[in-house]
Amino acid sequence: MKIIVGVKRVLDYNVKARVKADKSGIELANVKMSMNPFDEIAVEEALRIKEAGNADEVIAVSIGPSQSQETIRTALAMGADRGILIETDELLEPLAIAKLFRHLVEKEQPGLVLLGKQAIDNDSNQTGQMLSALTGMAQATFASRVEIDGDSLKVTREVDSGLESIKVQMPAIVTTDLRLNEPRYAKLPNIMKAKKKPLETIAVADTGVNVSSGLEVVEVNDPPKREAGIIVGSVAELVDKLRTEAKVI
Amino acid sequence: MSILILVEHEEGEIRPATLNVVTAGVQIGGDIHLLVAGNDVAGVAEKAAKIAGVAKVMVADNAAYTHELAENLSALVIKHAEGYSHILFAATAAGKNVMPRVAALLDVSGISDIIEVKGDDTFVRPIYAGNALATVKSTDSIKVVGVRTTSFDSAEAEGGSATVENVDSADASPLVSFVGQELSQSDRPELTSANIVVSGGRGMQNGENFSMLDDIAEKLNAAVGASRAAVDAGFVPNEYQVGQTGKVVAPDLYVAVGISGAIQHLAGMKDSKVIVAINKDEEAPIFQVADYGLVADLFDALPELSAALDS
Repeated sequence: MKIIVGVKRVLDYNVKARVKADKSGIELANVKMSMNPFDEIAVEEALRIKEAGNADEVIAVSIGPSQSQETIRTALAMGADRGILIETDELLEPLAIAKLFRHLVEKEQPGLVLLGKQAIDNDSNQTGQMLSALTGMAQATFASRVEIDGDSLKVTREVDSGLESIKVQMPAIVTTDLRLNEPRYAKLPNIMKAKKKPLETIAVADTGVNVSSGLEVVEVNDPPKREAGIIVGSVAELVDKLRTEAKVI
Repeated sequence: MSILILVEHEEGEIRPATLNVVTAGVQIGGDIHLLVAGNDVAGVAEKAAKIAGVAKVMVADNAAYTHELAENLSALVIKHAEGYSHILFAATAAGKNVMPRVAALLDVSGISDIIEVKGDDTFVRPIYAGNALATVKSTDSIKVVGVRTTSFDSAEAEGGSATVENVDSADASPLVSFVGQELSQSDRPELTSANIVVSGGRGMQNGENFSMLDDIAEKLNAAVGASRAAVDAGFVPNEYQVGQTGKVVAPDLYVAVGISGAIQHLAGMKDSKVIVAINKDEEAPIFQVADYGLVADLFDALPELSAALDS
């Protein structure tokens, strides 16, 4: 079985996003970029499934600018076998990304596609669900546990009131939540080895996929700033303020 | 224009999130139709018909919808989507599971997590964990939208008199089945709809110490939340998590205890009306958003607070 795992290059989660002066988006020049944290979890899960003898090959896929090769190399250093970059300088909407993934799914015929539940730049939380709808493959989102059982998966999902488990037939699409696993760090020898692993680059135009979008970003603004309040001297003062000033208790 | 909203419900009650979505629908403007899907849901449909502002309730009574499986719900919505200008979902775990499927099946962009309606085709949504707000405009013929429930008031649950009609179910997917669930047991209000939330962070040191927050939450009829750091450390389960990667809350009062205030946590609570921070580190970023800050060791402050609430 092949596993396709999606890896997106995003602003590093420790870097504060700054809105560009012309309000066209977020400043991404000369800032640290990293793999989307949910995708690291997806890579780790794919590797564990392969290491347990349940998969033969892990393919790391990124869709983005040429620098996304670095993100794929990170996945290869963690242990993925080969990489595919679908190169574009456009910021594509989840629907276009899902269609490009469908293109690869048709070509590679994976038994499992693992994606992060959301990317921490656009916070859309759409691509996995869309890919499932477009391919007809079963969907298991927000996974905190994945168990392989023959040709199906038992997936424990994080829902608002606790946990839920579902059984899905493979081929399936699973999106990862935080508690699924703790991703490994790539070791130096593996980083060197990763440079020799195959990485194919495909231009979006060569896929024949229509990536047009019905959604346009009009402008991007800073959120309203919350002013800091006061420091109180004691618990008694705090309770008094909450009762008499804020009137919330 | 007409707007279709998928109703969320459990144990015969409509979840509060749906009332927030109805308000977003009213702001967009047009006839509002609700779709109730589930097993034995005549009672839910009756309640849905009473929500102020709703013109019609469609009911698909079928066991296939008992467990909110995304494949089955999206197929049902698609079956009845024709003619609508907008299809709205709550941006809950259940709603997020279904909304993008519906968008993809209609070949339109999904619009996640809107916090403001600027017009029938223009919406504001947070990106980068709420560190920026994007205004987006849709040219799609059907707008498929997820609504951040804390950004819209609840519609009145009573006062409406919508018509109710039964509609056909869609085919159920053979690929997916429900196995079971482990829901957290609590008599206290649910995190996303509580008026007061008391949250703990890494400063709580371990899971046992969260009982001090439980005690205060009990006295305030509050829900208990946690930062991602506390969840990652294993102090409490993930459903407690408030933040970009957890739940977004906006209660009247948010009490952050032993929480430093990482960007990702602030994204989940900074729209609370009043924020209290208790932290022994006076440099903690949480104090920059707090209305009332108390620089103190939480192990001294919490017992004192508990006692003060009794007086």
